[in-house]
Amino acid sequence: MKTNRFWSWLFLLLGVAYFVFPLIGTFEFSLKMRRGAYSFDAYRTVLTDPQFQATFGYSVTMALATIVMGVVLVVPPPFLFCTFSSLPSPPPTPPPFPSPPPFRSVIVFGYIRIYTPPSILPLTGTWWGTNLLLLFGYATLALPYMYRSVDTGLRSIDIATLTEAAQSLGAGWITIMTRVILPNVLVAVLSGAFLTFAIVIGEFTMAALLNRPAFGPYLQLIGANRAYEPAALAVIAFGITWLCMGLIQLVSRFSKLPNAGR
Amino acid sequence: MAFLEIANLQKDFGAVRVVKDFNLAVEPGEFVSFLGPSGCGKTTVLRMVAGFEEPTDGTISIGGRDVTRLRPNQRNIGMVFQAYALFPNMTVAQNIAFGLRVARTPKADSDARVAEMLALIKLPDYGDRYPYQLSGGQQQRVALARALAPRPKLLLLDEPLSALDAKVRVSLREEIRQIQRNLGITTIFVTHDQEEALSMSDRIVVMYGGRAEQVGAPFDIYNKPSTRFVASFVGTLNILRGTVTDPARGVVDVDGNAIQTGGELSRFAKGAPISLALRPEAAALDNGPAPMARGKIMDVSFLGSVIRIRVNLGQNTISFDRFNSPGSPPPAPGEPCGIAFAAKDILVLDD
Repeated sequence: MKTNRFWSWLFLLLGVAYFVFPLIGTFEFSLKMRRGAYSFDAYRTVLTDPQFQATFGYSVTMALATIVMGVVLVVPPPFLFCTFSSLPSPPPTPPPFPSPPPFRSVIVFGYIRIYTPPSILPLTGTWWGTNLLLLFGYATLALPYMYRSVDTGLRSIDIATLTEAAQSLGAGWITIMTRVILPNVLVAVLSGAFLTFAIVIGEFTMAALLNRPAFGPYLQLIGANRAYEPAALAVIAFGITWLCMGLIQLVSRFSKLPNAGR
Repeated sequence: MAFLEIANLQKDFGAVRVVKDFNLAVEPGEFVSFLGPSGCGKTTVLRMVAGFEEPTDGTISIGGRDVTRLRPNQRNIGMVFQAYALFPNMTVAQNIAFGLRVARTPKADSDARVAEMLALIKLPDYGDRYPYQLSGGQQQRVALARALAPRPKLLLLDEPLSALDAKVRVSLREEIRQIQRNLGITTIFVTHDQEEALSMSDRIVVMYGGRAEQVGAPFDIYNKPSTRFVASFVGTLNILRGTVTDPARGVVDVDGNAIQTGGELSRFAKGAPISLALRPEAAALDNGPAPMARGKIMDVSFLGSVIRIRVNLGQNTISFDRFNSPGSPPPAPGEPCGIAFAAKDILVLDD
């Protein structure tokens, strides 16, 4: 027993060290902008940079739009399928594959070829059109993650019977969707949303090739040209990630949902 | 005009016809059970009444109004499912109030109705709990309250007791029946458990192979089964195979015993094979000089208050129950014995 404990702790500590030391190093370095003293100058520079605010705001907006699109694409179909086929859960389907970076270049080049004027749908010709294209691209990237999370959530409840119960009580489709199905898969949707957020915030290839003022290209630009600010940005990014995870934890605790959804 | 009218109902799933020409008229306030083995179409008929399945042919009308093509949420029906189907994200009170909220009942009325329903199912202090904090029996009572809260015209119960353990099942079935009587709500109850059907129902529809084999009061279904399936499915039944020896007097030979049936058998030829049925409670041991049949005790099971005895006649066996009595020990296997039963208790099975 004792030796087992010892090795468990050792590996845990090694694992923690592997992740924590680089983070401490990055944080320490980000504080060294002023010579000979620790200061938050790098953070001040980054946070007051109007370009940071603009690109970060842009990417957050895009991330939220992608999440909405992902939910709309992923949540209703299995629900409708179960309802109309009277099967208790959707059949196992091969999930969409996560897309490696080269795929992103390919899809964007495809977009540019198809949607550049003089095309029937000259999306790249307008500011809105290009944003829409980027949104579609992001949705494609995020789909596998959203699908997996929502799929797990939907499988944990008996959609068909819950839907029938709600119908027999007089509820229509919209009520069933908003009051019964979504609240029960909320945590799953949120974890999908969080993953989507993380992907979109850091995405570089698509935004750069479509020449959008997103956060990914901005990170790249700062990283190539400054010394202390990239470290500060990395720490900020970590902070946002942890905040998101904390929020998910909080939501799942307050939703009071047991595993026994059936 | 009956309250619920089902006429010429058919349902095909692909090439398979699972419900064949089903007809039923249910009077207001009546409790009707659909009884049958799994796959007999009983749940499909119920789901068509609820609107979850569309009939291939036929009509369903409730209170004189044709609802065959209405969507489930327009039928004003309360339904209770085998799997409870409570909404896990809502408290007990919110679950019960769901139908009222959908119908936009004012909050004060809805709160009052929820309290009334909680009192009805004897869980008045459970309104703030979540379904996962309740036992199976409590969840099913909440499901019943939720179905009843919007004052439906018809209550459909789809094997509501099947997921519960034996004791809860018995107490809950009495409770359901009592609530149903008090409210006077027309109810259809689907079950494969004959004891449930016999004990709860005003009338039973015994279903087999997508057809209603027999419709009648529990007493008639049990005592006067009209088909061989009903006879064998409802209750335990001893089937005796023999040959007709005297059609005019109704005498049948079963393993060398001349058995007198209740009437003449003129539709059978002399020497024709025949199947007789005998309920276990109609037979008893008879060690007198002239028993109805003679055989040998095969085995004896002591079940506490009841002793189940199986007697071998030759090709046929008869099994019957005797009450336990401390003064007379059960017979031993292998002993010869006589069996008594009345001629009127013998059912002649027409196939």
